Amino acid sequence: MRTHARPWWQRALLTREMLTILILVVAWVVASAAVQGFDGPLTITYLVLDVAPVLLIALPMTLIIATGEIDLSVASVVGLSSVTFGLLHQAGLGLWVALPVSVLLGAVCGAVNGALVAYAGLPSLAVTIGSLALYRGLAVGLLGTTAVTDFPESWTDGATENLGESPYPVITLGLVALIAVFAVLLHATPFGRNVLDIGRSSEAARFSGVDVKRTLLILFVLSGAVSALAGVYYTLRYGSARGDNATGMELQVVAAVLLGGVSIFGGRGAIHGVVAGVLLIGVLSSALRLEGVTVNVINIVIGTALVVSVVAPRIAGGVRVRRRGAVGQRT
Amino acid sequence: MPNAAPTLRLDGVAKSFGPVAALRSGTLTVHPGSIHALVGENGAGKSTLVKIVGGVHRRDAGVVELDGEPVDFTGPAEAKAAGVAVIHQEPASFPDLTVAENIYLGREPLGRFRRIDRRAMREGVRDLFRDLGVDLDPDRPAEGLSIADQQIVEIAKAISLDARLLVMDEPTAALSAVEVRRLFAVARGLRDAGRAVVFISHRLDEVADLCDTVTVMRDGEHVSTDAVADVTPDELVRRMVGRAVADLYPKVPSTPGEVVLQVEGLESTGTFHDVSFEVRAGEIVGLAGLVGAGRSEIARAVFGVDQYAAGRVVVGGKDLRPGDPAAAIAAGLALVPEDRRLQGLVTESSVARNVSAVARRRLARLGILLPDAEARLARDWSGRLEVKAGALDATATTMSGGNQQKVVLAKWLATGPKVLIVDEPTRGIDVGTKAEVHRLLSTLAAEGLAVLMISSELPEVLGMADRVLVVREGRIVAELSRAQATPERVMRAATPGASETTAETEGAA
Ligand SMILES: Nc1ncnc2c1ncn2[C@@H]1O[C@H](COP(=O)(O)OP(=O)(O)OP(=O)(O)O)[C@@H](O)[C@H]1O
Ligand SMILES: [Mg+2]
Repeated sequence: MRTHARPWWQRALLTREMLTILILVVAWVVASAAVQGFDGPLTITYLVLDVAPVLLIALPMTLIIATGEIDLSVASVVGLSSVTFGLLHQAGLGLWVALPVSVLLGAVCGAVNGALVAYAGLPSLAVTIGSLALYRGLAVGLLGTTAVTDFPESWTDGATENLGESPYPVITLGLVALIAVFAVLLHATPFGRNVLDIGRSSEAARFSGVDVKRTLLILFVLSGAVSALAGVYYTLRYGSARGDNATGMELQVVAAVLLGGVSIFGGRGAIHGVVAGVLLIGVLSSALRLEGVTVNVINIVIGTALVVSVVAPRIAGGVRVRRRGAVGQRT
Repeated sequence: MPNAAPTLRLDGVAKSFGPVAALRSGTLTVHPGSIHALVGENGAGKSTLVKIVGGVHRRDAGVVELDGEPVDFTGPAEAKAAGVAVIHQEPASFPDLTVAENIYLGREPLGRFRRIDRRAMREGVRDLFRDLGVDLDPDRPAEGLSIADQQIVEIAKAISLDARLLVMDEPTAALSAVEVRRLFAVARGLRDAGRAVVFISHRLDEVADLCDTVTVMRDGEHVSTDAVADVTPDELVRRMVGRAVADLYPKVPSTPGEVVLQVEGLESTGTFHDVSFEVRAGEIVGLAGLVGAGRSEIARAVFGVDQYAAGRVVVGGKDLRPGDPAAAIAAGLALVPEDRRLQGLVTESSVARNVSAVARRRLARLGILLPDAEARLARDWSGRLEVKAGALDATATTMSGGNQQKVVLAKWLATGPKVLIVDEPTRGIDVGTKAEVHRLLSTLAAEGLAVLMISSELPEVLGMADRVLVVREGRIVAELSRAQATPERVMRAATPGASETTAETEGAA
């Protein structure tokens, strides 16, 4: 039997992920040509700095959505971790202590979500809408409307400075490393295979000895921890720990993941598509911002892109079915 | 009725899925008052033909006529409206609806004020089930029905349509002799009422028993059509697979070794009670019984996908943690479940991913799966089981039923188990491959594998098992050695209300 039904180049190029990558390239080219200032040296720097939190959180979110679940509490965990980081700093603990404690707290937040979803069997949509409110409430409650801002410059600079003379911020290294880790995890380990199997048929996965509950718990813990890490980054990047940091960011994350070709029903998705989805949203936002377009309009554009990306495959599928029907009719 | 138009006539019907020609030249003529068998290897195109008749697929070419009128259905509803009832090979019910709602879906009886008349619905379903001789609650949700019960629901649905043409695609694959007999009585009743029936099965004794005409298909083409009386089963097999199948149950003698699987006092309220048995290395133990006797439930509990209330399972001397399939697999257990589409396979995944679904844990090096590792394993095992698919990366949904079943077998054999539990291992597998599967199981047993085999096909149990345990209403009621196990004895022990004394005492070693 042949290993593959199609030649390698078709398998590599004719994919949902390639479509997102193609749109990203087109958007980049158009923005460079049409938007004044877009091809300037700072664009890449700011693009990376701006998309970093969404990119980070989108990685575990990809795996969660691939199982057919969702985590909407991520932006609230960003806020809670930002506040925790700030308060620990204010209390005089070193940032080298505040950082891991904040990340650990994020992992605990994720574990609570995961336990309720996996072991109590509650729908993740309901659980994480609840914890979205809960974690945000805690964050705002802890710090009120004030902010912690007196972070040491060595840390705030570290979050934003460039690699030598290049336009790439130092954090690019960390981002690339994490992307690689998640890509390997999803695409080249038994764990990643299990994740996709759960999304396609959790019953069949269970009959194959996959511990579905534990897998879900691990994913939510990962999501919490990475969101908290993003929260620390967010705090240092803007030099400000606030309870309302990153409010609403979960929508950007989910939008980027779905734009990247991950099926909202689970069972399908690839990290490279999601990275392209995140960058696409980043490019669209920064190009529109340079054009002086307001945030509201940017949100409309991203929202439309999202709806189209979810609806388009269904329409394409429908057309294909109808074409096949028409062939039958001709006989 | 020599001059009447045939109820169904297909001529040169073709259907391709992309590059795969599923049906090249489907030709079939079914007369009213006739039961027409359709036989052929796995992937011969039988289900594809049925789906065209039932309006699921549109044909690419050819003629389809009902009572002499050309038809071209664009959907199952049209076929139904034209008087065609189809029992599909893979039953698909709505899990959230009740059994009765599933049967009457889309044509619910209406009472006063156009409200659904639930009483009438329930009565109708009771009558249908009485004809079929099954004891199933019309008001229970369809979710969690066994494959056999799902098939019963499909059968009841099709029969209740009172159609002029009834097409049954492997309706008996999960049924035991008692249910099969009832189904045949119903089918004969329809025939005598002048309806036309198409019957697909890999069990040729059923074909000889029920049908008057038989059509053989091969590689998507019509091979022959004969009166059943004019052709021997051996000849049919030769036409189907292109060679003679000498021995359907090639049993390699083996000497049982030490006890590998030991089950003690297993108990699950309302399902099975005080189940104790052991399986030795090199031994094939058959679990016989009627549909609903609790055999699959016992298998699932032993493997750990279901919980149990009391008792213990010991593998290789060690107690197995209840409700933990991963631990069972680690201890060397494998379960080929009864429902291949929901439990056995991730149908959206490729052949390669499915075959390696369990074994891949061992394929990883430093936690990483190398790209070729899965494909190599899958090629090896799908070759041994003669899986036919377009390619290793073809999704399981595109395969014929029998080939899907082979993939499930391949997936578990690839794990190199010590104890293999198989629930209807050859459901939907054609004669030629069935003999291969039996030979494989027998050889593996001779090499020391312990096999627990559930099968509704009595000849399979009797042909393969060293020992037969009969399950009735959740209890093991008889244990028969290979020499003692005759069809009569097994059936007597399996049937509630039959005289029990003989079977229970005999050979309870
Ligand atoms: N949706 C599909 N897409 C691609 N190929 C398909 C599809 N459905 C069926 N096939 C292919 O068409 C061929 C015929 O399949 P079909 O299901 O009709 O066989 P069958 O005679 O019913 O076999 P079985 O006895 O195993 O049920 C097979 O090779 C199968 O892989
Ligand atoms: Mg079939």
